[in-house]
Amino acid sequence: MRRSKPTSSSVSSRKKTRPPKVAPAGQLGELQAAMANAIMRPLASRNRMQKSSSVVAEAIIKPNDRLTSFERLEIYNRQYWFRILDCFYDDYPGLRAVLGDRKFERLARAYLARYPSESFSLRNLGRRVEGFLRAESKWTAPHQRLALDMVRIEWANIIAFDEGAKPTIHVDDLLGRDPSKVRLALQPYISLLEVRYPVDDLLIAAKKGDDRLRGEASNAVALQHKRARRISFRGLKPRPLYIAVHRMENSVYYKSLTREQFAVLQALQQGASIEKACAFLSKRRAPAGKNWAFELQHWFREWTAFGWFCQR
Amino acid sequence: MPANRFNGFTDYGIGIGLRLPHYQHILTRKPTVDWFEIISENFMVDAGRPLQVLDQILEQYRVVQHGVSMYFGSADKLNREHLKRLKTLVKRTKTPWLSDHLCWGSVDGRYTHDLLPMPYTFEAAKVTAQKVREVSDFLEIPIAVENVSSYAEFHVSEMTEWEFLTEVVEQADCGILLDVNNIYVSSKNHNFNPYDYVNNVPHHRVAQIHIAGHSKFKKYILDTHDHPVLDPVWELYARAVKLVGITATLLEWDDSIPSFDEVHHEALKANQFIRQFAQKNASA
Repeated sequence: MRRSKPTSSSVSSRKKTRPPKVAPAGQLGELQAAMANAIMRPLASRNRMQKSSSVVAEAIIKPNDRLTSFERLEIYNRQYWFRILDCFYDDYPGLRAVLGDRKFERLARAYLARYPSESFSLRNLGRRVEGFLRAESKWTAPHQRLALDMVRIEWANIIAFDEGAKPTIHVDDLLGRDPSKVRLALQPYISLLEVRYPVDDLLIAAKKGDDRLRGEASNAVALQHKRARRISFRGLKPRPLYIAVHRMENSVYYKSLTREQFAVLQALQQGASIEKACAFLSKRRAPAGKNWAFELQHWFREWTAFGWFCQR
Repeated sequence: MPANRFNGFTDYGIGIGLRLPHYQHILTRKPTVDWFEIISENFMVDAGRPLQVLDQILEQYRVVQHGVSMYFGSADKLNREHLKRLKTLVKRTKTPWLSDHLCWGSVDGRYTHDLLPMPYTFEAAKVTAQKVREVSDFLEIPIAVENVSSYAEFHVSEMTEWEFLTEVVEQADCGILLDVNNIYVSSKNHNFNPYDYVNNVPHHRVAQIHIAGHSKFKKYILDTHDHPVLDPVWELYARAVKLVGITATLLEWDDSIPSFDEVHHEALKANQFIRQFAQKNASA
């Protein structure tokens, strides 16, 4: 997926951070810390390196006949930001469609400045986005709730794509067992989401199915993104919706759940026995023409067929 | 060297990087390719489609692992979780050797996801060699370190890049993944003769060669892997083959990736240099 270039206006007003202190560059660790701090500092307007990084650049990097120390370090500063922004764009097309390009880019730069990657895999780059948005709702105003729902499903999507699976429990494994004693776990790749907006449909609309792998061995990245098509959510009324994000035959699916199904699965996920997880249904009226016993049988047959259950 | 202890005594020919846009073509058409190089990190996951595709590839082809985030040159300690996952993958692929870069990229657990250049100091060589040894001991397979393309040089450097590479591989007793495109890119960015580099590395340690395309800018060259291999890089490759011998060669094409056939065709151009070398050897 290609997107529009970051706009200079979106970064020009950003608070400048302090330049890193430069230790005498004799020690490997000190040199690397100084350079990494400079590289990971947010870019200034027009995607240039902050001028105050010149102190570090001149202390550690030689100029040549074409480039100053500053310009040479700047190549790495720009590449760093282009790379992680590119990854963030790939992982959160739905959030971008909700917010629009400029707001999304501001949020991405703020998030990545606050939470640089702490994993050898870029797959985990967005691990803290939900918490970040909960703590700093200004980045998504006035669509905080929709944005939060969207990042939750987008992170669930990443989990469903490649999180591990445990040996599945089949429906036959449950036959004859005491439901008050059986505790099932849900597969680690499954996320149960209670949301207010139909973010499953909105995300499908926002994505073009570009799930390319990353981490190829070039250390050069260009940041050229076509403008995102914003999701039209006018007239969209918030209402409780329940979704299981899961994987079947290595494809990610969004399964709509009823409130009751969600409650049963959530209770099982939290460690309740089958009997306890289902107990609340006795106080609820079953849908017309149905009874809970029959419904439960049907649900469990379907969920085990999906391979959702594993040993705790 | 066609087969040596640094590439597991294999004699692999010309391979290409396994990239997502080609998955379907490879799995359905099953083209004849001597071997594929995979980016280890793309498959260091617990489950899902990446591993499914990898297993299908492994049924048909020989695969060699190439990493981008081991950071042998980082002052940080090795990441044990990374190593464990890598070993799991090594067992899956049965890669005869494993390569990663002679670079650093993480500090205090924060990752730049870049291949940052080393200061060419004896201290850095010692730290790097020690980590290469640790990785090789843990993974129990030969390691080859790849020279990176770079855009900066450090005041503290005490030697040339090829001297630093030699220092590291001799201390670590490991192999070299000689990237001739990276040598060319760095030579232009740092004003050195790329042939001095190729002439002076320990040739008997070269386990594999990389070729790739790059992009020229006004004041520097960027290693973009988004073009065919340029003539000066082919010429450098010919020189490397002459000095090193016929060696497993891999074309990297990571951006603006054309059709599988186009990438493969580009890679197979290496054959003409290999043939020239073989003919000269035969007539000598």
